[in-house]
Amino acid sequence: MSVDVSDRAFDPGAVLSAFSQRVDGSGAIVTFTGITRDVSEGDLQAMEIEHYPGMTEKALGDIRAQAMDRFRLIDAVIIHRYGRLSPGETIMMVATAAPHRRDAFEAADFLMDYLKSRAPFWKREITARGADWVAAKDEDEDALNRW
Amino acid sequence: MDIRYFAWLRERIGTGHETVETRAETVADLIEDLKALSDAHAFAFSDTNAIRAAVDQELVPFDASIAGAKEVAFFPPMTGG
Repeated sequence: MSVDVSDRAFDPGAVLSAFSQRVDGSGAIVTFTGITRDVSEGDLQAMEIEHYPGMTEKALGDIRAQAMDRFRLIDAVIIHRYGRLSPGETIMMVATAAPHRRDAFEAADFLMDYLKSRAPFWKREITARGADWVAAKDEDEDALNRW
Repeated sequence: MDIRYFAWLRERIGTGHETVETRAETVADLIEDLKALSDAHAFAFSDTNAIRAAVDQELVPFDASIAGAKEVAFFPPMTGG
């Protein structure tokens, strides 16, 4: 399971344990976990994530392959949820394993930058005032120029 | 040709999927054809800077060819992560 797109909740600790066993002998593992936070006025009721079935899996697979190509990695996993999430729920996770920490850190950072603006997900915040699509930020697009 | 819409584009157009007959050669030409379908389409496509396109599930620029494509999708800039 290198790329997983699902509407089900997952346990980041269990993912890390399974990943650690799979990459037994690697010198460094880095994980990043994204959690639904209240990005507006403190009254977020839920976050709805829409995606493009088919393209999502393909895009995540491509992004992972680019990271494997670019950094000295042993393995990498990407997990991303869609559907309705409550504040505090885990949205997504990446884990990278490498012989050395710098590759693991940089690859995780690279994966996150590409996930933000190249994976077909769209977030919508549900508050007492209604539902609003989250706008993409220019800085997310600019972040890709770092690589 | 199958056309897919996502997020607010889907909401403005009122459907996530439709099939259209088109002679358009590029994504940009196709957008002009789609705008002519209804007021809702014209409104949804009024600001193309806020829209991205994928041809057969591959992100492409608007001058990309759609020759032989099975599916073209339109959506706002992505907000993953």
